[in-house]
Amino acid sequence: MIRLTVNGQPREVLADPETPLLYVLRNDLGLTGTKFGCGLGQCGACTVLVGGQAVRSCVLPVQAAAGQAVTTIEGIGSPERPHPLQATFIAEQAAQCGYCTPGIVMAAKAFLDQTPRPTEAQVKQALGGVLCRCGTHDRVIRAVMRAALTTGGR
Amino acid sequence: MKVHRMTRRTFLKTGGVVVVAMSVGSVRPGRIAAQTTATADRFLGKTVATDAVDGFLAIHSDGTVTLFSGKVDLGTGARAALRQMAAEELDVPLDRIAMIEGDTALTPDQGPTAGSYGVARGGMQIRRAAATARQALLDRAAQRLGRPVSDLGVIDGVVRPMGGGNGVSYADLVGDQRLNLQVNEKVPLKNPAKFRLIGKPAQRNDVPGKVTGRHGFVHDFSVPGMLHGRAIRPPAVGATLLSVDETSIAAVPGVRVVQIGSFLGVCAEREWDAVRAARQLKATWSPGKGLPEHARLYADLRASALVRDETLATRGDVAAAFAAGGRSLSATYEWPSQSHASMGPSCAVADVRPDRATIWTGSQATHRFRMTFARILGLPQNQVRLIYLDGSGCYGMNGHEDAAADAALMSRAVGRPVRVQWSREDEHGWDPKGPPHLLDIRAAVNDQGEVVAWLSEAWLPAPTPNLPNVPLLAPEAAGIAQPMGISTGLIHQNVDPPYQFPNMRAVIHWIRDTPLRTSNLRAPGKVANCFAVESFTDELATLVGADPVEFRLRYLKDPRGIEVIRRAAARFGWAPRPRARAVDSTASILTGRGFAYVHYKHNETYAAVAAEVEVERRSGRIRVTRLACAQDCGLIVNPDCVRGQVEGCLLQAISRTLFEAVTYDRSHVTSVDWATYPVLAFSDVPAMEIDLIDRPVEPPIGVGEAAGTPVPGAITSAVYDATGVRLRSVPFRPERVQAALKG
Repeated sequence: MIRLTVNGQPREVLADPETPLLYVLRNDLGLTGTKFGCGLGQCGACTVLVGGQAVRSCVLPVQAAAGQAVTTIEGIGSPERPHPLQATFIAEQAAQCGYCTPGIVMAAKAFLDQTPRPTEAQVKQALGGVLCRCGTHDRVIRAVMRAALTTGGR
Repeated sequence: MKVHRMTRRTFLKTGGVVVVAMSVGSVRPGRIAAQTTATADRFLGKTVATDAVDGFLAIHSDGTVTLFSGKVDLGTGARAALRQMAAEELDVPLDRIAMIEGDTALTPDQGPTAGSYGVARGGMQIRRAAATARQALLDRAAQRLGRPVSDLGVIDGVVRPMGGGNGVSYADLVGDQRLNLQVNEKVPLKNPAKFRLIGKPAQRNDVPGKVTGRHGFVHDFSVPGMLHGRAIRPPAVGATLLSVDETSIAAVPGVRVVQIGSFLGVCAEREWDAVRAARQLKATWSPGKGLPEHARLYADLRASALVRDETLATRGDVAAAFAAGGRSLSATYEWPSQSHASMGPSCAVADVRPDRATIWTGSQATHRFRMTFARILGLPQNQVRLIYLDGSGCYGMNGHEDAAADAALMSRAVGRPVRVQWSREDEHGWDPKGPPHLLDIRAAVNDQGEVVAWLSEAWLPAPTPNLPNVPLLAPEAAGIAQPMGISTGLIHQNVDPPYQFPNMRAVIHWIRDTPLRTSNLRAPGKVANCFAVESFTDELATLVGADPVEFRLRYLKDPRGIEVIRRAAARFGWAPRPRARAVDSTASILTGRGFAYVHYKHNETYAAVAAEVEVERRSGRIRVTRLACAQDCGLIVNPDCVRGQVEGCLLQAISRTLFEAVTYDRSHVTSVDWATYPVLAFSDVPAMEIDLIDRPVEPPIGVGEAAGTPVPGAITSAVYDATGVRLRSVPFRPERVQAALKG
């Protein structure tokens, strides 16, 4: 039995300790917002926060997250009550297919938590590890800058 | 662990049903499943006829409307635009329109969602159905109210006398009953001057779910009793399966191996177990048929056996014009095989029973593939239902259908619903590829500097006549019959230039095959052909000492084409100058600008692009720093979605031009992840200025593909302007640019 704190709730899962956190979140806890993109830590679609740090849940064994606070895309806001950063993504309509979007939002959140007043160049740099194939980059950058300017992304 | 191994013969004889002794119900049904089933299945039994209004629309007693669309939203915003079009013609509020997409049991077959036809064709069918319904409902209301139709108007789904008085709502007139109306193909559509919704940037209703992780993708869909499956592809293209060592996965609990001919898969209750088992399962394969040497790709294309030559377009007498003398110029352009490279590897869920099958898929062509799946599974077409669910952006036919075939064969074998998601290596390695292009272009210029002759020749793989679908991997490996051949998506279009040169000829040398399985990839062929045609146009402008924008305008008659060129140049701040400047031999970063234009397919959207680039001399790295684009796509239904598509077209085209090429060794594809198949990153994004030309009285003519096609030509011309070096082989990766700069 592995004990996790996910989006503020204590959770217990019965899983092979080497199982990547991603599969536990999606299949055992029903948190399907976090996406499988590559399983190699290259694309960032699976990005969640563990102890406040952005991590690639596709390559993080669930046991490595045991006892730590895990935050997923569902944990920061909902369609009815979006997080300020999610609200600016909606305002900028910063999604096309939307598959990479949760990972991008989480990577941006981890960045803004550390750097609440970034320059645009810093945002581009910070999102260097997440990929989008539809070409929403420009809107994403605008959404992150808009969140930073209005609320510091919090 | 129990191993099921079947020959094709026993698979067919038993119907592929295998009795298994494992508990059902350990998989939680996802909320996605609940939503989908509840909203859609109550409509089962409705007509899906494309000539029936009931095929497209249902008006409910609560005043809401359900729109049934065979065209789907692949992430483009079509879901917003198609609802706007229906709401506009019906005169109901946008938020009262729900939409069901791409379900073969519920939606009309409007053809695949491809070729930028979602709104252009699908949306217009929906408008005609909605306008037919509105007209009939006005007639019914006139009878009910005892007033002439000419006195009545519709506001928010209520028919009212325009002079005041009691009205009657659509809900009261229809109340969940069928309309029983034939779509009137000639029904008058709403006057653009009266549009309330078309032309407005209505927000997409899927975006809040997408940015909060609540949106239901096919990847998130589950049904009770579902297993997780993974197919194991051979180490070499065309290899056959010789043996499987099941003891190699003895340590992974509860795995079932499915073997049908050379199709090999594993299923497990837990997804990670399926992933592990697929990685660990030891199998021996034949060496395969092998692949040709990658380095010889273009030489092989040129030397390929021809199926036939086709004269795509001809004007005047090209041979005589070349023979007349003057200056001539020729060049060869190469475009590599490219991958759809979807962010989310392809995924599907299949529930195959002895007498019927349901398949949930991100396919852009559910109706078209129903035939294929019926054939693969040996079921009548009316017992096979494909249901579209959003996938990761596909930009053409990626692996969605293959994953569905993997899931279907495994579901049939194990007698349970099976979900298959491909690995990254599967997606990059095995998606059907955009085919490589090879083009030669030659032109002659007279003493006055006028282009008097143009000859384009292209070597392209010939599509198989009457083959609607790309053959799928799983049935091919399993030895199950399906139509085999090549499908690519009209890749010959735009080989001929849009410019009115007096003598012009464009010839396609149709070749038999290319090394890798092909399909349509965004702006199929057009992006490669436009790269060649527009790059060569720039070379001609340089030859005659003309400004590239002014040079194009000399040879263009179409006023809409002329306008996009002028507007893109204006947005860019293009100052005319006759030729590339002298290159500063001391600068470490060289800057330049380039221009290109397309009239997409010669009969659809117009787009022009001006690009500014920086070339780092030492590394050979190209950065696109600024793009200006003007586009005329006829009627703009949703300007923000159109803008989003243009942004996506431009950025994906930069990615394809600078970075993307499929590589392979003698047995398999070697560009199998984001390191070996790099794509555009956030730091590569230029400033973009986009000028959308709206023509409300013209039909909509498509926005998903056109704007990207001029980008490669604009970039290579900008690199020439910066460096004096012509890059004619895509992609322009630093090592290639560096080599070209060293000359």
